[in-house]
Amino acid sequence: MQYGLLVMGAPYSSPAPHSALRFAHAVLSRGHQLAGVFFYHDGVHNASSLMAPPQDELNLHNAWLELNQQHATPLDVCIAAALRRGLMNESEAQRHGKQTYNVFSPFELTGLGQLHALQQRADRLITFA
Amino acid sequence: MATPNALLVIIRHAPHGSNWLREGLDAALVAAAFGQPVHLLFMGQGILALMKEQSSGAPGQKATLPTIDMLEMYDIDKLWVAEEALQAFHIPSDRLVDGVTVIPEREIPNLFQQHANILNF
Repeated sequence: MQYGLLVMGAPYSSPAPHSALRFAHAVLSRGHQLAGVFFYHDGVHNASSLMAPPQDELNLHNAWLELNQQHATPLDVCIAAALRRGLMNESEAQRHGKQTYNVFSPFELTGLGQLHALQQRADRLITFA
Repeated sequence: MATPNALLVIIRHAPHGSNWLREGLDAALVAAAFGQPVHLLFMGQGILALMKEQSSGAPGQKATLPTIDMLEMYDIDKLWVAEEALQAFHIPSDRLVDGVTVIPEREIPNLFQQHANILNF
């Protein structure tokens, strides 16, 4: 079965991202496919490369990168929700005249149309909020 | 009503206390702009989004009522409201914007069955 995940909770504020990651690994280990992960609402904070939790805590940003490296899972981030919350990539930083940025590939800033496309592509869209 | 591909967006949060309402409406508008049939269901505190005569919110927040008023332009004309939520808040339905359909909660499972796509805000 094709699963899509919608993550709307911020790391370390909500258990949602961690639950989503565990769910992602569980479906993959059972032979299902993961069509993609979409980050919306406070979930966009998962895309921040600048998160630096204590070393004995899981770094959720890195955990998403590992998921992408192992399974080529697309990691799409709603651009409007991200910009509102101070998350941007290099081209958005240039556009908005910012000195720095915190979102890098494989996290992609994209539109909400990608969420609807993911929902239609997947047999199941599971929300973690 | 059982349109294939239709999207049901469920709003469960009041305006201004969080960004849930605004971002839920954005998700509905984008789907409609892409030509997907979109229906909205307001439950719990979400019904407060439909109150007439709202002004803008807490300092620095835009009002969401103009977005609600704009839904029809996007062909989003089904706005369902849970009857029990109105009763819980003691809000008569004439305090809400025009064009809403009040339904009892026992009919909500049917709505879920009629929609292959559901997003919850």
